[in-house]
Amino acid sequence: MKVTVHIERRPEIADPEGTTISRSLVDLGYDEVVSVRTGRTLHLEVEGDDADAVKERVDEMCQRLLANPVIEDYRIEVEA
Amino acid sequence: MSRIAVVVFPGSNCELDVQWALRAIGAEAEMVWHRETDLSGFDGVVLPGGFAHGDYLRTGAIARFSPVMSAVTAMAEAGRPVVGICNGFQILCEAHLLPGALIANRDLRFICRPVEVEIVDTATVLTASVEPGAVLTLPLNSYEGQHTDPSGTARVVARYVEDVNGSQDRAAAIANEAGNVVGIMPHPERSSEDVLGSSDGRLLLESLVAATERIPA
Repeated sequence: MKVTVHIERRPEIADPEGTTISRSLVDLGYDEVVSVRTGRTLHLEVEGDDADAVKERVDEMCQRLLANPVIEDYRIEVEA
Repeated sequence: MSRIAVVVFPGSNCELDVQWALRAIGAEAEMVWHRETDLSGFDGVVLPGGFAHGDYLRTGAIARFSPVMSAVTAMAEAGRPVVGICNGFQILCEAHLLPGALIANRDLRFICRPVEVEIVDTATVLTASVEPGAVLTLPLNSYEGQHTDPSGTARVVARYVEDVNGSQDRAAAIANEAGNVVGIMPHPERSSEDVLGSSDGRLLLESLVAATERIPA
């Protein structure tokens, strides 16, 4: 199964890279840009037939290694 | 004589400096590969700076699961000195042995210069030999050096005199509640002899060695 994990900083945690990109876009004339937040996307190929079970395992992977729950949120998408 | 383990991860690059500096003040300092699982016979442990496991995913994220980390955690729980310098500090946060996390410096600059830090807590294994309020000059050498702690529980041990990287509460070093686990972003080992421009860091390493001697093996 193909699983996509989106990881981003929790809103209250500073994202210096996003802030810099945002400023650069405004400098280029894109005045409508209010803010940019950066993140990371991981594409996993996982063995299994039960989407819920796969999601549960990937959630555990996120909690332990893929994300740092102290500063990051994550979202898991399982492609059937 | 106190015996201190200096853990070497793939990508560590300050282990020789740490070993040199500890030996210069009379401690036994031995390299321990990250795949070791046994730290018995050691009175304390240092996680040195560098880029453990390439800093992939997040700094310290993969190192925290290196086999040696179970023994490091056991040592921390037993009240023995555990010190993380720079990348070692990042690893201790990922391992939840210290609160919070280290993220990119506020101005997205790799900061590589001496900075002044004020020692604000001397009840830790790294600062017990330092006068409270002492200002030390130590080299900072990091990109992910901004400490952030959403829980707000970090015990600040040393504070940057100037806000150099956006760290919450200007924290340059923090400790756990017991004071035996300390993470510090600037490098004491690179300022441990006058020839290096500052020997202020030696005071911190002397504290560490003294702490390892106090604890019965």
